Amino acid sequence: MLLNQFLILSAFLFCTGIYGALSRKNAVLVLMSIELILNAVNINLVAFGAFKNTPVGQVFALFVVAIAAAEVGVGLAIVLIIYRNRRSIDITSVDSMKG
Amino acid sequence: MNWILNEFWVVPAIPFVSFWLILFVGKRLPAKGAEVGIAALGLAWLGAAWSVVAWIRRPSYPTPDGPIRHYVEKGSTWFSAGGVKITFGFHADGLAVMMLIVVTSISLLVHIYSTEYMRGDVRYTYFYAALSLFTCGMLVLVTAATTLQGLFGWEMMGVCSFMLIGHWWEEQANSDAALKAFFTTRTGDIGLLVGVTILYFAAHRTFNWESLNQQALHGQANHTLLLWGALALMVAVIGKSAQFPLHTWLPDAMAGPTPVSALIHAATMVVAGVYLVARTYGVFWVAFSIGPGGHGVNVLAIVGGITVIIAAALAFVQDDIKKVLAYSTVSQLGYMVMALACGAWVGGIFHLFTHAFFKACLFLGAGSVSHSGSHHSFDMKKDMGGLRKYMPTTYVTFVIASCALAGVFPLAGFWSKDEILLSAGRNGYWAFTAVGVIGAMMTAAYMTRCVYLTFHGEYRGHGHPHESPRSITTPLIILAALSISAGWLNAFGFHFFADWTRNDVFTAAGVKDYPFSLPLAGIALGLALVAAIFAGYFYVREEFVFKGATSRSELAKAGHTFLVNKYYLDHLYTGIIIKGIREPVARGAYWFNQNVLDAIVNGVATYAKKAASIVYDGIDQVGIDGAVNGVGAGAESGGQSLRTLQSGKVQQYAAILFVAVALLALGLVLFT
Repeated sequence: MLLNQFLILSAFLFCTGIYGALSRKNAVLVLMSIELILNAVNINLVAFGAFKNTPVGQVFALFVVAIAAAEVGVGLAIVLIIYRNRRSIDITSVDSMKG
Repeated sequence: MNWILNEFWVVPAIPFVSFWLILFVGKRLPAKGAEVGIAALGLAWLGAAWSVVAWIRRPSYPTPDGPIRHYVEKGSTWFSAGGVKITFGFHADGLAVMMLIVVTSISLLVHIYSTEYMRGDVRYTYFYAALSLFTCGMLVLVTAATTLQGLFGWEMMGVCSFMLIGHWWEEQANSDAALKAFFTTRTGDIGLLVGVTILYFAAHRTFNWESLNQQALHGQANHTLLLWGALALMVAVIGKSAQFPLHTWLPDAMAGPTPVSALIHAATMVVAGVYLVARTYGVFWVAFSIGPGGHGVNVLAIVGGITVIIAAALAFVQDDIKKVLAYSTVSQLGYMVMALACGAWVGGIFHLFTHAFFKACLFLGAGSVSHSGSHHSFDMKKDMGGLRKYMPTTYVTFVIASCALAGVFPLAGFWSKDEILLSAGRNGYWAFTAVGVIGAMMTAAYMTRCVYLTFHGEYRGHGHPHESPRSITTPLIILAALSISAGWLNAFGFHFFADWTRNDVFTAAGVKDYPFSLPLAGIALGLALVAAIFAGYFYVREEFVFKGATSRSELAKAGHTFLVNKYYLDHLYTGIIIKGIREPVARGAYWFNQNVLDAIVNGVATYAKKAASIVYDGIDQVGIDGAVNGVGAGAESGGQSLRTLQSGKVQQYAAILFVAVALLALGLVLFT
């Protein structure tokens, strides 16, 4: 069982996702990066599940997929509203909540 | 027939459903949600009426104290954890059924009244939603079988009272009053939480009310724990039922719309505390040794007795008609608490029952006056006077309710007050009977003043007073009719009320119920009438002297010895009685009320702020201002130091989050 390779792939995806989420200005790209993070976690779950020979990992991965779908739905709706209001989806310009 | 008693949850469920309905679809309906609220309360009222009939037709068992009916209790497990089962359920007995009918009746009338009173209000729909939830909270409390459920209803009412008192929150004073009501009652709620917890452990781990009472009465519960539990519950009662020294929130709660005041003062919220004592009576009975073997005094009775006198004295110096009524409520609640603490269980809840009708009538009457007679003002001295000519229906109903409050034969208050005075005395609490009689005298006097200033003399306002429309006068007439008739349920020769409400706790404790006593009732009534005449005479005289300078000089020619004597009387009234008693005592009490008590309540957190305020603001409004500013300043300085973190940039937040998680993960790897 090649656990390490999966974990390395997952860690790579995770870091890519975090990099994207923190550095991109485009809100849609930020959302996509978050998807990457979630999927990195999914790979981990499935890999460990297979390694331990239990279906639990896959069950959790399914939950994550479902939640990710909901999250993207909400996220895109927010992005859409931001675009309607500001004619831009530059996430760094959205800082009206500044204290 | 017994279906309603078995399925008691239906009654509180109806306003709960109506709350959500009004909230979500109310705005789109033709009457903006009012029709849903009225229909729901109508249904709930039918349910309550049905349960009353079902309860009365329930077979009763004779006991030495009189017939009792066994309660109906349906419950199931809410959740269980670690072998501890937490149950919930609904408990139907005479007390609960009586409360149901009172709450739903008053609430229904308030709903109907509000259609006119709140017409065109900015948050009309929201107001009806909150009214529904408020009623639901009280119904949850009175139908509950366990203390936890009761706590839940209790807190629901706390939140709703905050929403409703601050209904017109655009004005600073109103939102301050809402906050004050909320925080003050919260102070008491801590007592409830602590008390419920203590009693849970005192009574072999049960939250069930019935079982708590029975264990307390049969000596199965630890007496020390019971005493502490009862003391903690007493704090809750003091907070919620506005007893001395936490009564300060209730007069300020007048900032809310008048129908809300009527609901709060008559049927919900403040009587919750009295209900709590009546419901947990076994615990109080044993913990404070209330019974005939008691010492003729206990801490709860003292609290109630002080409240009766202090609040009645304060009612004399108020110019705001609603504040007069508010202090009157505080005083009457003191009556009820004192009654329960003196062993007059039936008297206490009977007074709760009758008081609900006449106090609701008085508040709605005051609302009617401000709505149609005085341009939305509540100032009796500036904007009222002489309104009896313009508002005959309001006048008559107000006078009837005032007489009922003052305990005039044969109106409702007469019977319930007599029951309290007599039972308290027979149980050995003669001192509190005296307090009750003095309270009744003061009540009669300040209500005379209130009626006189509002409805007699010359009109002092600047509007065009006229009678209120039907939707306002109909509830007034119904309530006035009830103020007349409600007392006959437990008058001499009748014991319906006692027979219907007497429950298992009552008999297990051996609470005594005494029949009507003519001499005591006569003395109380006579003294109250003397006080009323005294007050009336004083105000009529003042008016006379004030406007009749010429007739006075004519009288002086006719026989000035007589006049001089009258002048002595005036000097006696204004110089000695008013200056000597009313001014220092009442003003002093009011000052004490506004400054010392508020300061204690608002507590440690605002202490430093308040000390500074006293130095430059003078002494007047320190209590109220200090509280609000203190909380604000605390939040502000905290916010100032934290705001730098709040850059508004989402990605910065994410970066902080990830770094924090990474550090935590690192820590986990390194240190485990």
